[in-house]
Order: sequence, then structure tokens, then C-alpha cells
Amino acid sequence: MIVFLWTTIVFSGTLVGLGLLLQVAARYLVDPGPFLVNVNEGAREFSVEGGTTLLTALYEEEIFIPSACGGQGTCGHCKVRLLDSDPTKVLPTEKPFFTRLELSQGTRLACQLKVKENLKLKIPDHLLDVQIYKALVSSTVDVTYDMKEIRLRLVEPQEMNYSFGHFVQIEIPDPDEGTIRRAYSISSSVKETNEIEMNVRLHPARGRIPAGRGSTYLHGLKQGDEVFLTGPYGEFELDEDPDVQLVCVGGGAGMAPMKNLVLSILDEIPGKPVWLFFGCRGTPDIFYLDMYKELSEQYPDFNVVYALSELKEDEEWDGDTGFIHLSVDKYLEDNLRKHQAFLCGPPPMINAVTEVLLDKNMRLNRIFYDKF
Amino acid sequence: MDQPSFWIVLVAAIFTNNILLRYFLGMCSFLAVSKRVETAVGLGIAVVFVCTATSALNWLLYYGLLNPSTSIISKAMGQELDLRFLQFILFIAVIAGFVQLVEMIVERVSESLYMALGIYLPLITVNCAILGACLFMVIREYDFLRSVAYGLGSGLGWMLAIVSMASIRERLRFSNIPKPLKEVGIVMIVTGIMAMAFIGFAGMVSL
Repeated sequence: MIVFLWTTIVFSGTLVGLGLLLQVAARYLVDPGPFLVNVNEGAREFSVEGGTTLLTALYEEEIFIPSACGGQGTCGHCKVRLLDSDPTKVLPTEKPFFTRLELSQGTRLACQLKVKENLKLKIPDHLLDVQIYKALVSSTVDVTYDMKEIRLRLVEPQEMNYSFGHFVQIEIPDPDEGTIRRAYSISSSVKETNEIEMNVRLHPARGRIPAGRGSTYLHGLKQGDEVFLTGPYGEFELDEDPDVQLVCVGGGAGMAPMKNLVLSILDEIPGKPVWLFFGCRGTPDIFYLDMYKELSEQYPDFNVVYALSELKEDEEWDGDTGFIHLSVDKYLEDNLRKHQAFLCGPPPMINAVTEVLLDKNMRLNRIFYDKF
Repeated sequence: MDQPSFWIVLVAAIFTNNILLRYFLGMCSFLAVSKRVETAVGLGIAVVFVCTATSALNWLLYYGLLNPSTSIISKAMGQELDLRFLQFILFIAVIAGFVQLVEMIVERVSESLYMALGIYLPLITVNCAILGACLFMVIREYDFLRSVAYGLGSGLGWMLAIVSMASIRERLRFSNIPKPLKEVGIVMIVTGIMAMAFIGFAGMVSL
């Protein structure tokens, strides 16, 4: 009996002693600050306790820069630019996410950067407008066997002024990590400021890959459920010139931004030519096609092409077959020099489509893509 | 028991009983961080410090609290209390705590060293060379001074091995190595040859 007692005492005593030692050391060794963080040349300025990560500090100040992995340094979304940076301080954990240009501009990952000095940083201006929203699920509809169309009505604040190709981050309550965030493209037209629509594909567990946290959560929502989200985010800049044609190419789960672009352009810039190409496997994966067909009859400047890559013999289909880049090649004219493209889908699709577009003389900096 | 002198323990731990080349302990960080001499020296110094300090601390812990014939608990209770089964978990806890401390010190003292060691610093926690040294000192029943000497020697021996490996690897970059043996493959072979070379010290002193 006495052995158990002493084991507990010795064991916990040693651990508590070590913990205290570290606390004392931390007090004397870590510069407590506070340090000043200056965002976008004085647009925002706040002080931060030493040793906090920049991402945590920014979120505490309600500056919601994108971050999908919750600060683990695996998604690479939380890029910020330091104005007076020292490239030697970039950690080995950050380097794989940067191009050489980004490195030379002083880009860092906010989640890996511990604040140990005064910082001046530059983030895209619209990120300062990003807010946290409370929303209620207003409808959730199965559009295919694994795809849901989920609409959220914004409750507080009631309006979000999102733009072409923007996305939001849904906050997913997690028993282990508190809150994790997942990014979803907005699929509704920019005209709707009070509602946000998303297309969410369910990612069930496959072998060793666990089920998607975000899609599982969103697919489980029922009408009237409360959801928190931050937004809007987005790097795409639409050329609003009505003569410039926009080529949208989506595949698999990459429908949402396409729908947002098509509907928004038809609403806001009527007469601007838009091509929509969408690639999926078989007829069960098709959704929204009837709606697009109606729209293309109504608006002569809008064209839609769906292509199926794995058509089975017993399926009925009178459209294109094969991978989507073949259809892009077939329908588009050869001189795309002044036009613009938005691609969203799996990496092989993006690479193949980019090649086709470059062959047709589109400039690389006019091709925007979202690989996933 | 007749024990070797302080200096013999120190020299033997570095050369004849090198913790890495004789016992092959601490191999993971040895393989991962031996690409550049500068980084290897940094990690080596950290290991020397942690190894020496934790041998001392763990000696005090072991003989003060865990060992039945010497512990203050046994003396206070008037009966022998054997808590030696706690040695593994407590040794590891002390090592982990100390690594945290070293990390804080390095971060404060030298920014460039902190950058160079980066993600590898926490590797010291699971560096089996350090736990190995602590356990050997218990098995061989060293007194306090010899334990410190053994910890210091083991750390220095590990540092000697990783720094020599790093300087060899810096030169290996210019040699034409068959593709299947690149990186870790050739490092394993070189480690083996180095270990054999260290047998040359065998007659010098022994533990």
C-alpha cells in the first residue's frame, strides 16, 4: 500500500517540480514584450505578448486571414508579407510553401511565426473587412448522391458583400481542438448579400484516409441549425470589361465557384461572354445542368458544356465524353489572348486545361486556379 | 566495487565506449542532422549540455528517491522502499523538461543557432543516447562524479561522431555515389566504417 502512495507522491512531485522550473525559466528567458504589430501601413496596429504566434494574435484582433489547418503549418494558407523581413529567419517548416518570389518578398506563414519583435506586415486589404458571421441553415438539398447544396442565411451581421469567386471559412466545432476551419467556395450570386450557398461533396472515410471533417459536419446539418463562418476571402480578380470572355472550367467537386461566377456575371455584367465547362465521371454526378441549359437559351453570351469521363454503356447521354480539357480544346477559338480563365478541380485536370489554354494563346497570368 | 577513475570514465565514454559508434544509440538525429557541420556542432553542443545535466539530475533522483538502500524515503520510513520501477518514466520526464529549457535558452541567446536547429531541437527529447547514458550510469553503479563524467563523455562522444559524420557528408556531396545508396544508405555504410575505426582505440582504456 505504502508503495503506491509514495509512487504517486514521487511521480507527481517530480513532474510538478519540472513544470515549475519551466514556468520560472519561461518568465526570465522569453521576452514578454509587448510588441507592436502594424498591419498595412497603419490600417491596424495592436500590441502582442512575446512568443504568441502571429496567427493567434491576428485572430484575437479579429483579423481573419485564411487558415485551413488550424495553425499546424500544413495548409500554407496563412501567408503574410513582412515589410522589413530577414529571409534567414524563415523556418524549415515554412519553406516548402513559398515560391522564390514569395521568399524574396518576405512572405511568412503566420501560424509558424512567433512574435519576438515589432512587426510591419502587409495583407490583402479586403482581409481587413473579413468578419465573423452567425448564420442559420435555411435549406439543405441533395443535388446528387454525394453532393449537397446548403444555403445559409446570415443573422449577425446580416449582410456580406462578397465578390466574384470568393470563399468563406466554416467554423467546425471539434471536441479535441476547439474549432477547426474549412474553406468553401460561395456558389450563390454576388447579388444575394443575405444568403450564402455552398456545394459540399461528402468525403467518406476511404481505407486509411479518415472522413472529411468539414463535409461530414456540413452534411449533418439540418434546417435551422446555427453555423459560424468567417469571410469573404478570395484572390481572384475578375476583369469586368464586358468584351473579355471568361472561361470557367470545373471538375468533380469544383462546381461552387463556377456557379457563383456564372450567376454573378449574368446578374451584374449582362452581355459579357462566359463559357462554362464542367467535367464529371458519369450521369449520377451531373447536377445543375438543366438550370444552365435554360440560362444559355435565355442569354446568348453564356455557353455550357458538360463532359463525362467514365460513361457506362447503359447510361443515356447526348453530350461530350472524355476528359474536360478535350472539350475546352474543341469549343474555344484559338485566339484567347485577351481573355480570362478560372479553373477549379483536381490537379491533373488543372494542369491539362492550363496546357490547352496556353496553346490557345491565353496568357498565364490570366489563368486563375484553385487546386484541391 | 572498484571503480575506474573520473578521467578514465570520461575518456572511455568518448572513445572506446562511444555511445553512438559502440552502442548505436541516438541514430535518428545522427542520420537526420548530419548534413552540415555547423548544424551538427550546434546539435552536438545541445546534446552535451543536456546529457551532462540530466545524468547529474537523474543520479540525484535515482539515489535520492528511487533506490531502496539510499533513498531519503527509506531512511525516513525506517523501511526499504523500492521505487526503481519509476526510473524510465522519470528519467524521460527530466530529459524532456531539460530539453524545453535548452530550447528556451538557445532561442534567447542565439537566433541563428535556433534557426539552424529549428525543428530538430525537440528531437533531443527522444534521443536515446541521452536516456541510454542515464541507464548505463545506473547499471554500472557509478557514483555522482563518475556519472557526470560519463554523461559528459557520452555527450562529447556523440558530438564527435556527428561532427565527423557531417564533415564526411559535406565532402560526399562531390562524390559519385550509386543511386540506391544515396543519402541514408551511404551514411549507414560510413557509420559502420567509422565504428570499426573506433575499435582502434580499444586497447587505450576500458570501462
